[in-house]
Amino acid sequence: MALLKMKFNQQRRVRLAQGLWLLSWLALTCGAFVFCLGVYLKTELLRRDEVMDNGEIHVVPNILIMVGLASIGTNWIASRVCQDSLDTSRFPRWKVLLLAWFVVAALVCCLLLTVVVLSYALQGRLEESLKVGLRNGIRFYKDTDVPGRCFQKETIDHLQMEFRCCGNNNFKDWFEVQWVSNRYLDFTSQEVKDRIRSNVDNRYLLDGVPFSCCNPASPRPCLQYHLTDSRAHYNYEYQSEELNLYSRGCRQALTDYYMGLMNSTGPGVLSVILIQMSVLLSMRYLQTAVEGAMALEDPEGESEGYLLEKGVKETYQDVRAKVLNVVKFGQVDPAEEASGAAEGEKTTDTSTEKAATPPPAS
Amino acid sequence: MVVMKMKFPFQKRVKLAQGLWLLSWCATVAGATTFTLGCLLKTELRRRAEVMDNTDIHIVPNTLMIVGLASLGINYFASKICQDALDAGRFPRWKNFLKPYFAVSCFFTVLMLLAVIMSYAMKGSLESSLKVGLRNGIRFYKDTDTPGRCFQKQNIDRLQMEFQCCGNNDFRDWFEVQWISNRYLDFNSKEVKDIIKSNVDGRYLVDGVPFSCCNPSSPRPCIQYQLTNNSAHYNYDYQTEELNIYLRGCREALVNYYMGLMNTIGAGVLSIFLLQGSVLVSLRFLQTAMEAVAGKENTEIETEGYLLEKGVKETVMEYVDPVLKFLLLKNQVQEGTSVETGPATA
Repeated sequence: MALLKMKFNQQRRVRLAQGLWLLSWLALTCGAFVFCLGVYLKTELLRRDEVMDNGEIHVVPNILIMVGLASIGTNWIASRVCQDSLDTSRFPRWKVLLLAWFVVAALVCCLLLTVVVLSYALQGRLEESLKVGLRNGIRFYKDTDVPGRCFQKETIDHLQMEFRCCGNNNFKDWFEVQWVSNRYLDFTSQEVKDRIRSNVDNRYLLDGVPFSCCNPASPRPCLQYHLTDSRAHYNYEYQSEELNLYSRGCRQALTDYYMGLMNSTGPGVLSVILIQMSVLLSMRYLQTAVEGAMALEDPEGESEGYLLEKGVKETYQDVRAKVLNVVKFGQVDPAEEASGAAEGEKTTDTSTEKAATPPPAS
Repeated sequence: MVVMKMKFPFQKRVKLAQGLWLLSWCATVAGATTFTLGCLLKTELRRRAEVMDNTDIHIVPNTLMIVGLASLGINYFASKICQDALDAGRFPRWKNFLKPYFAVSCFFTVLMLLAVIMSYAMKGSLESSLKVGLRNGIRFYKDTDTPGRCFQKQNIDRLQMEFQCCGNNDFRDWFEVQWISNRYLDFNSKEVKDIIKSNVDGRYLVDGVPFSCCNPSSPRPCIQYQLTNNSAHYNYDYQTEELNIYLRGCREALVNYYMGLMNTIGAGVLSIFLLQGSVLVSLRFLQTAMEAVAGKENTEIETEGYLLEKGVKETVMEYVDPVLKFLLLKNQVQEGTSVETGPATA
């Protein structure tokens, strides 16, 4: 019993072919859109590469790029098939390709769905990666003379200014590292000596932040140093001061930014999935309807189109049997090679056995 | 004496009409592009409107927008005319329309060229406008509690960070104004009292700059205060320090930015001007070639096309005469009445 059978007369077949041709060009544009989206997302992730510890999140744009290219290819083939579908002499040459086409198109839809799921699922990994990356960036902020780390200061400064954030979790992260290089510390001064002696690792720690944490929206000139000391500045209260520095941490800011980017592309990708699915289904109907019409004596008569020739369960059993056959055939061949030509009788015995077994099964 | 006479056999006329139709649609797109470029420039100028004293420079994007819209209309009519040109029945209805059409089109095409010239000529005006605007911005930097000026601090800070500049001419402009509000100065402290007494106006002047002047490329944490005092900071030399704060002045930075923008736009508009000019010239040739065919039985004869029937001077006089007559006619009447009254009184 065929699945979702529909009758197609010649007029309807022509309409289906034309509609599918338009739809496949639309789906091709959507494939190009998905590709561009992947490239854009990858570029944005690469821009902040220095504050990310690992590249796991890159799997999302990579899949988008691959799927975009694959979708462009499959939809272009779909449009060619539509063009040839109403010509009975040209359609048969596509017959062999169509099975592979269905597999690839279904794979494209599945991968797109995976991308949407991954973009939500990988949020935790992204946050972890940013946590480690930013911690390193803040630790190596002062190492402007160390090759390989000399741009950390500039990177972190530009990041904090652009994303309006300070530190990893918040501005207090700067209190825990020495972010002033020893080259600019006067070790003969009493203040410096006191600070260095005040902690175990002999680091110059201070309750101050770099200038890039300053908030331009503050009504007063920026207070960078002696932040915890309310008496160090006139009319300043450490606990209640809100506008002086950026209160958000950079990890939070970057995660929000990337999640926002990936969420806003979610609906677009979902609609691309719908369009691709409809191309797939329409192509199946067109294929079966045209093949049915070609089998009739009158090619312009009415034929039937369906999704699956038999029901879902029977089709699955058929496919499973075919696959097992191929697998068993594969198992026999290595045995033949291992035993060599002298064992030819044994293989003929096994093949007759194989011939004997199918009849009981069917 | 005819200007630029050319022979047009039938085939050439057909090719001219077809080519002109394509060209006029290209020119329509170019007109839309001009309009868009004008909008872009206007938006960019408005974004920094707070640091500009006057809006004289806005005449450039306004002209571009007007010319863009006008050229959409001009080219639409051009395509309609050349569609009808080869049809002897439909072409005559455009006859009366064409003279004013060419006058208006030439006017707007010349206006396009003027816009490009203005964008170079108004550099000085832009610079003086920015000079005054930035000076005010720096002066009112501290007035975050005064209504109408409370956003100056934020504007100047963001401007300096975005354009990587400091002050008006350079960072020393900050030494000459009090940019720290009195609300945050402890007038009981000796240091503050000393500084206030040290100048005539009683202002708190420091040799320091706001944090937005800091250069992230500097290898050391930013030094904002006591910039001229070498002994205030370890391993610091005021004369040789280059990377600590931005050395460029914001006026120079903004002028360079806008001049770069207008140069790019000017190059595009110049090519659009050439395209528009070629559309008008081709249309004129087509019109004159088709006018010679009118009324003849055999429409496939060879005709002559020209740009101007008489010389340049006579054509200009021909267009300007109606306008002058309109003005002069009044004068003639007045002269006549005064002449009549003259002898009467005498």
